[in-house]
Amino acid sequence: MRHDHVISAKQLSRADIEAVLDRAAEFAADPAAAGDRHPGALLALAFFEPSTRTKMSFETAAKRLGGDIIDMGPVEYSSVKKGETLADTMRVVEGYADAIVLRHPKEGAAKMASEFIDVPLLNGGDGAGQHPTQTLLDLFTIREAAGLDDLTIGIMGDLKYGRTVHSLAHALTNFDVRQHFISPESLRLPRSVRYDLHEEGAQVREHEEFEGLLSELDVLYVTRIQRERFPDEDEYREVAGQYQLDAETIAAENEDLVIMHPLPRVDEIAADVDELPGATYFEQAHNGVPVRMALLDMLL
Amino acid sequence: MTETETELRVSKIKNGTVIDHVTAGEALRVLAILDIDGSGGETVSLGINVPSDRLGRKDIVKVEGRELSQGEVDVLSLIAPDATINIVREYEVVEKARVERPSDVRDVLQCPNSSCITNAGEPVITEFEVLDEGVRCRYCDTIIRDHLTDHIQT
Repeated sequence: MRHDHVISAKQLSRADIEAVLDRAAEFAADPAAAGDRHPGALLALAFFEPSTRTKMSFETAAKRLGGDIIDMGPVEYSSVKKGETLADTMRVVEGYADAIVLRHPKEGAAKMASEFIDVPLLNGGDGAGQHPTQTLLDLFTIREAAGLDDLTIGIMGDLKYGRTVHSLAHALTNFDVRQHFISPESLRLPRSVRYDLHEEGAQVREHEEFEGLLSELDVLYVTRIQRERFPDEDEYREVAGQYQLDAETIAAENEDLVIMHPLPRVDEIAADVDELPGATYFEQAHNGVPVRMALLDMLL
Repeated sequence: MTETETELRVSKIKNGTVIDHVTAGEALRVLAILDIDGSGGETVSLGINVPSDRLGRKDIVKVEGRELSQGEVDVLSLIAPDATINIVREYEVVEKARVERPSDVRDVLQCPNSSCITNAGEPVITEFEVLDEGVRCRYCDTIIRDHLTDHIQT
């Protein structure tokens, strides 16, 4: 991969994506066999927002490759609490590590941070902006479950604030994919993403209901309403719980449907869906390790 | 009506800038870009909806004692793509230029997205990509389509 930093899914070509997924497939086949790839390499984790999957899978990936991690720890125990800028924090941390994973609540944080440092920076999520490494593991999961060409996908939930959605929608324009977006009117895709999809000539349709649509889909990608990004609680309550998927609905419309979710889920996928053969969200989360191994292997 | 007759509608200036061929109806926005509201004491003459051979109707803005910065010209180009800028010294036009639509506008606009990193007290200069219609923040991707002058940094 020719990029030094992984900031946005928009920078990834089809060739980039396929190279990462192919390498990830090698690591997935035998993750324990890669321990001599990057002995002594150090990955810095700078998470200014909570994380379970992204943080732990990056940590696992670094260790599986023979490297290790250093963790900034919670923001409240760091110099950020003393008023240090992100730019300064990044310039300090780059002296400690061979690459940095940054998660930050502000959109554009990863791009700005990358302008201050020379070691590779991986965007682990910037506000409601982008989450490109999640997208790569989503694409890996889709490729394994349904293939990436001649695909019809539904992307449902919080399309406005959901950064995994923005990155995924961009990346899918590299493939022969029909994208159906399902959301309340107030949580439609942001204008900037719709602009890019239009510019790319993507096949896109927008809906407010998923009922009746499931039979057309190969994959349904469900997202949580991003409560923490709403300017006020009333707006959140208006849309909370609007989409709830259960096993009976799926079985009635499309029992072969592949169901994905970047997790965590709240109430949008009922527990009984977990038992369906198409429920892939835990496997999807596990795929974070080989995909992030592949990324680190190519960048370190 | 000739250009000469049109020019006579507003007084000549000794030193300063004449912004001609402004899209009709945009003259007040040009003043907003230049942050001119009268409080600075500059002598300003405006022609609004003046007949023009080239544009049908146009606006003209004349500002005494003021030459434009590149940033001001860049934003001007977005709302008045046909404008010409005449620098006047001692009543003579010493420099005449058409505005050029830039590919980027740097350090002029403020991103309207309060969650953008450029609004977070970081040492970063705002940068917007110029689209066919509007501009887009290079950091958070927010697109501004309308009322660009409302977003000029203060």
